[in-house]
Order: sequence, then structure tokens, then C-alpha cells
Amino acid sequence: MAESRVVLHFPKSLLDQPVTSMAIERFNLRFNILRADITADQEGLMVLGLVGEPEKIEGAIAWMREQGVRVQPLEQDVVRDDERCTDCGACIVVCPTAALAMDTDSREVSFNAEECVACGICVPVCPPRAMSITF
Amino acid sequence: MSPRAGASERVVTLPKSYDEINEKIRTGEVVVVTAEEMVGVVGELGPERAAKKVDVVTTGTFGPMCSSGAFLNIGHSTPRMKITNAWLNDVPACAGLAAVDLYIGATEPAAGDPLNREHPGEFSYGGAHVIEDLIAGKDIHLRADAYGTDCYPRRELDTWINLRDLNEAYMLNPRNAYQNYNVAVNQFADRDIYTYMGVVKRDLGSANYCSAGQLSPLLNDPYYRTVGIGTRIFLGGAQGYVYWQGTQHDPTTPRNERGVPTGGAGTLGTVGDLKEMDPRYIVGVSFYGYGVSLAVGLGTAIPVLDAEMARFTGVSDADITAPVIDYSRNYAHNEGEPLAHVSYAALKTGSIELEGKTVPTTPLSSYVRAREIAQTLKGWVQVGEFLLTEPVQPLPSADSGEGFKALNYRPVGEEECE
Repeated sequence: MAESRVVLHFPKSLLDQPVTSMAIERFNLRFNILRADITADQEGLMVLGLVGEPEKIEGAIAWMREQGVRVQPLEQDVVRDDERCTDCGACIVVCPTAALAMDTDSREVSFNAEECVACGICVPVCPPRAMSITF
Repeated sequence: MSPRAGASERVVTLPKSYDEINEKIRTGEVVVVTAEEMVGVVGELGPERAAKKVDVVTTGTFGPMCSSGAFLNIGHSTPRMKITNAWLNDVPACAGLAAVDLYIGATEPAAGDPLNREHPGEFSYGGAHVIEDLIAGKDIHLRADAYGTDCYPRRELDTWINLRDLNEAYMLNPRNAYQNYNVAVNQFADRDIYTYMGVVKRDLGSANYCSAGQLSPLLNDPYYRTVGIGTRIFLGGAQGYVYWQGTQHDPTTPRNERGVPTGGAGTLGTVGDLKEMDPRYIVGVSFYGYGVSLAVGLGTAIPVLDAEMARFTGVSDADITAPVIDYSRNYAHNEGEPLAHVSYAALKTGSIELEGKTVPTTPLSSYVRAREIAQTLKGWVQVGEFLLTEPVQPLPSADSGEGFKALNYRPVGEEECE
């Protein structure tokens, strides 16, 4: 058994189709939804932990891609340049897992890499560009 | 120097003069606290006793201030050139001045930037980054052209420049230190919106605010009693000055019972020497889908002349409210009313209640760095490196009748000419 974390980007055309659950059934996987951000008439985003045999996980990813889902594996890391970060807080509201958070007393922005799912949303949102993705 | 008669018992008006406070700075007897610390002092002692105890209150703010830029005199080349167009690291600079004077505006994007053609654009480099790189001592690529004259024959220039080699290089910010500001929400768009207030999440998914609140310079002197033309300030790590009221200075904005404006109000025009600045306090920033801006560190040292100034500088986040404005429609179209007025104390808890919903808050102005600026300035005053200045001329205040005008739109082709 293995767990792979993936970010799924759904185009508008797929939002009314149960692509994820079909993939789970078809490849006999279990899953954890780490984050889902899907609204009618918009692109959707889901951060998913897929649990199962490694080759089944690969199969599910390949099948979802065939259906038109953009699948981004979380084999990447988001890192922060602490010198560049000004503790402004602009990133907090876009971080899907609260890996970026503000201490209400010190007003410092903390970055908890354990909580980060490396979705990369913070990278272009950070005004001084302190966040980057490494592969 | 003003007489001190009666000051020992009852503080009436101006019990301390600028000269007296500066004398204390010179002799090291001065008592300085930050505006954050002053909240506790006034809470404990009351304004009268606080005014006797504290001489100077320092403030600070560090946030995006779009209306910023720098004048550079690059020196004359051989042969001489009257520059027509100029680019600094590919960012267009304004050259419509004397031969080798340039103004680089903070929000100018690099030439060829895709802007918002693929929305949201990233705006990775612009005038603000040029200014930061100059201050950091980096070489900057200057490219220029000219039409050529008898006295200035050169037509083209392609060279590296460095801050140390320039003649004058000073920051000139037409509008900094906004006294209070809007809180941005997204009430109507069916998607996140990309603004100068950051990414504002759909369905009232975020409330984005941008003020240092109780540490902010003009919120500690709401009627600009001690800040005016000529006032020495902390600007980008250097000692700079206020040269004018800032653009869009709006002193007649409604105020609460403490005199604190309940929305954007006063602003400062500021100037300071780039060569003295520190890139820690002047940072180029990029707003996703919006553009480039400059985060500017600015602070003031306010003389506690009397009980009124103690009361003003004792202002806390709970006393300051900001209007919550929809940026998906109302801000752009000058429509609607604020959804609410919320205090900075509430904003700083991490969420506010709006329309029956708990809305996460996100700041754009660094309170950590604002506090650092106020502490730095406090240190400068304590060791006698920073003296206070009485304004040469006051800024228009609440009684000036001066407000903030919208454009008087007069469509071309339908005019009755004057």
C-alpha cells in the first residue's frame, strides 16, 4: 500500500461528471480529500491522497488524465525564502491547508511545511515572491 | 520657546515645545515609546499624566504604496545626450525632464510584460523592483535613445549604472502613509478577484485589509497637528521628509468621537535619499492579476506636546474602524455603501462576521515590520540621531473644507466649450 498526493485540476466541462469516484472504483483505491474547491461554472481543484497499490494509483492517474483532468503529482516542495518574506499575510487566505498562517499575537506568518500540499497557489500570490516550487 | 507656566498642575495647551523635546533628545533625557506601547501608557496613566511622562511616540507602517517612485540624475555622457526615452532593466522610465533626469515610477511594468493578456498576470518585475535593486547596490541596465540636438548630439546609450555613481537619487512618493483604508471583500463575482488588495475570495471568502492600525503614522495624529511640510520622517530606512500633503489627501472624511477617520483620509507626499535607504524597508512587490507596487517602510516621531497628543497617540486597534467595501463591483463602479465598519482589533483576530458569515481576514501590510520601524525610530531618537521638526506649514485638516473629488467627466464631442 502506498499513498500518493495529487492535485487535480478539473476543466469546467468535467465538473458535472463523477470522474474521481469512477477512478477510485475502477482502480480499487481509497482516498483522502485534503482539499476541494469546486464551484459550478468554474474550474475546480481537488487535493487528494490516493491510497492503494502503486501501479493502481498510476493507472488511476493515467485514466483521469485521459478524461481531461490535469493531474499534478505532489512530488514537489514549496519553500519559503525567509529573508524575502515580509510577514505581510497576503498568502494566508489562499493557502488551502493553513500551512501558511498568522500568529495573532506576534503577527508573524508561519510556514508549516508538514501541512503544505505543494499546490503552489501561494507562489504568484506572494507580493515579494518569497515562495517558490522546487522539484 | 513657549512658557511653561501652569504646566505642572494642569496641562492646557502646548506644555512642551519642540525645542524642549529636542533639548531632551540631545541630552539623552527623552522618554520615547512606540505607538503600540503608548496604548498601555495612556490606558494606565490617562492622557494628562501620560503627556507629562512621555515626550515622543514613534509610529511605523510597511505596506504597498503604489504612488511611489524615484528621481535619478545619471550624469552626462560624452558626447552629451538629451534623453528622449529610457529603460532601466527594460522598465520604461519617464524622461520628459532635463537632459539626464529620469523618474522611475514604482508601478511601471517591464516592457514586453504579458500584463493581463493571460489573466491573472504575474507582473514579476517593474519600476518598484528597479528601485529596490538600485538600493541593494545592484548594477542596472540603462538603455536610452534621443533625437539629437546641436548641444546634445548623442542618439543612443546602452550602459550599466549603479546607485553609487549617480548624482542625485531620491525617492519621491506622491502618496504614502494612507490614514486608514478600505477592507476589500468580494460579494458579487462568481470567481476570486485579483486586485491591488490581493486575491479577494469569492462568496465573501476573505476580507483583505491594509493598515498598521494603532501603529500607523496618521492614525496617531488624526488632525495632522505635528506632521506637515518639512517634517522629518523614517523613509525606507533613511531620514526623509514630508514635502506636501499626499495626492488624494481627504481630511474631511467623517471621523469618530476620537477624531479618527472612519475611512481613507489624509496622505503624505514624502521624499528621501535613495543612497541612505535599506532594501529591507523598500521592497518591490507583485500583485497577481493587478500589477507592480512598492512596499514602503515609513515612520514618524510624534512630539507629545500636551494631553491631547497623548490621547491621540494612545489610540488602539479597537478605536479604529475601516469600511468593508465590495471590490467585485461597488469599488470599480463607485456604487453602493460599505457592508459594515469593522475595527482593526476585530480584523486582527483572523476573522470577522459579515452578513451572517464568518469571513477570514488577511492583511497586506506587515505589522511585524511596522513594529520594527517604530522600534528603530525609537532607538534613533533615544541616541540623539533623530530630532523633531515643527512643520514649516501645516497640511489641510478637517476644517479645511478640502475633499476628494471624483473626475468631472466631460465626454469629448459633446462639449460646450468654455
